[in-house]
Amino acid sequence: MNGIEIENISKSYGATLALDALTFTVQPGERFGLLGPDGAGKSTLFKILTTLLIPDTGRASVAGWDVNKDFATIRRHIGYMPGRFSLYPDLSVAENLNFFATIFGTKVKANYELIRPIYEQIEPFSKRRAGALSGGMKQKLALCCALIHQPKVLFLDEPTTGVDAVSRDEFWVMLGELKKAGITILVSTPYMDEAARCERVALLQTGKILALDTPANVVNAFNQPLWAVRADNYYQLLLDLRQASFTERAEVFGEFIHLTTHTGTDRESIVAYAQSGGHGNIVVEPAKASIEDVFLALM
Amino acid sequence: MQSYLAFVRKEFYHILRDTRTLVILFGMPIAQVLIFGYAVTNEFRDAPVAVIDNARDELSRELVHELVSSGYFKLVDQPATADELDALFRAGEVKLGVFIPPDFESDFFRRKQTTLQFLADGSDPNYATTLLNYGSQIVGNFQQRHAGGPENYQVGVEMQLMYNPELISAYNFIPGVVAIILLLISAMMTSLTIAKEKEMGTMDLLLVSPLSPLTIILGKVTPYVLLSMSNALLILLLGYFVFDVPVLGSFWLLTGFCLLYVLTALSLGILISTKASSQQAAMMGSLFSLLMPSMLLSGFIFPITSMPWMLQKVSGVIPATYFIELLKGVMLKGLGMQYLWFPTLVLATMTVVLLSLSWFNFKIRTK
Repeated sequence: MNGIEIENISKSYGATLALDALTFTVQPGERFGLLGPDGAGKSTLFKILTTLLIPDTGRASVAGWDVNKDFATIRRHIGYMPGRFSLYPDLSVAENLNFFATIFGTKVKANYELIRPIYEQIEPFSKRRAGALSGGMKQKLALCCALIHQPKVLFLDEPTTGVDAVSRDEFWVMLGELKKAGITILVSTPYMDEAARCERVALLQTGKILALDTPANVVNAFNQPLWAVRADNYYQLLLDLRQASFTERAEVFGEFIHLTTHTGTDRESIVAYAQSGGHGNIVVEPAKASIEDVFLALM
Repeated sequence: MQSYLAFVRKEFYHILRDTRTLVILFGMPIAQVLIFGYAVTNEFRDAPVAVIDNARDELSRELVHELVSSGYFKLVDQPATADELDALFRAGEVKLGVFIPPDFESDFFRRKQTTLQFLADGSDPNYATTLLNYGSQIVGNFQQRHAGGPENYQVGVEMQLMYNPELISAYNFIPGVVAIILLLISAMMTSLTIAKEKEMGTMDLLLVSPLSPLTIILGKVTPYVLLSMSNALLILLLGYFVFDVPVLGSFWLLTGFCLLYVLTALSLGILISTKASSQQAAMMGSLFSLLMPSMLLSGFIFPITSMPWMLQKVSGVIPATYFIELLKGVMLKGLGMQYLWFPTLVLATMTVVLLSLSWFNFKIRTK
């Protein structure tokens, strides 16, 4: 039983409600993603599950242990990588790793197999101080430190924030490897494109779950017509589309505007509307919804 | 035990790799001892003196000679009038003026009333008082020697300062500096280093580990206990070899008292860090609630007995007050435990109370 069970968890800071009666379950061995913008409550949920915070109401269990009652046991069996880099910058890579191994009562050698694929990438710099590492390497070191005691459940709070695209991709490949070791992973990210790397995702907004399913099902649940629209004057087009009677939503999406319309709107009427507004080089194509579109629709 | 040792090793890395910490740890005690030893001192030599000698007789010359040959005073001028003397005072060229009346010798030997006048620059009251005291003592001796004889019914007062007959200021400031430095290292550095872990977020990682709060605290303070004790030793050695401050009592008793005080200071530091969430807050907390009162109200700089009633009460809850009492007792008076049990008991009680307070305040969670 290495899963996570969350039942009706609420937490507020003063008048601000950070978590609003959250309930969901993460299956043992599952890679579960928490998606949401800053302030959605992701870090608060992590702190409750890692026994650093006590929820106002509700109960939660990690690997079968209650977060309030059995906090000491939980602390021995979880790995936690906080939202910002939280290792000792004045200690070297190897010293950081050894320190975290020792305080968990183990040795780096004993668990080397688990971290080998990750640690091998930073091993050439093992004598370098952690503060002098690049963002991607810091994050690999932090992951090694969180894994060194073979945790049953791994909590990764925005592990890829502030990391370059290549390192982000590598990071998700590494998480895929960990799946084989049977470790349950709860990972949060503000990047919608990373959602597809999870087995299931929960979309979180102001402490509430907007949707919870596999990434594919979340996207499929989007059942409104979606168009990618472009013209010479991008910004004016965005403003004009938001005024149109057929428009549900018009959002910036890279070089296109993602336009959600009422059912029954066809391509020609959108083109005609844009032409009447005096736009040139108009492109209107049907688009496939992404997690981000779903998120914006649900918000 | 393994994780405790790992923690201590980690703390030593932090200390040894941070030049700023190192400078504070080892530069500060040496700098303080030297500053107090050479710059801030109540002792004086060759204080500039001007004498208006209206007598110009044998006895008056002898008196001036006696003042100068004591080594405390240096004759810089012999103005003719009071106005000239006044000018010298204004220019800051003299600190003490001596006015010898006409017919000094004849009046003195005819047993007529004769009066010497001493004028001192009161803009520095401590210095002025000391000059006047030294001056009157020299005149007193002078008088006794010349006016001796059975027909004189004079009551002479002989003063003797016990434990520090020569009023050497090192006897006062060495214990004071030990008290301040130990407080600085044990309380301030400890609260800073714990606050730093909170600020960097590493405290969360330590909490989300099997480490018990006790291991975290012990691991944090152990290096600072060792550093504090070696610093105390360093200051006492400096005092002994550079300023001739003796240790009359038992060295081990002295070490024991230092350790007790270090524990008191550490528990204060831990208590501050349980309240402060940033290094800046911890720094302000220790500066204003610990260092300032300990410097000013512990009897180190100002004597406790001359403080107003309120401040005396405050002084009574400052650990440094008791520690300085203990240090002076062992070092200068050579006292043993039978005379020092009270301040020891006070310090021990403070430590127990502060430790239990920090224990209850130590958060095993973030908030």
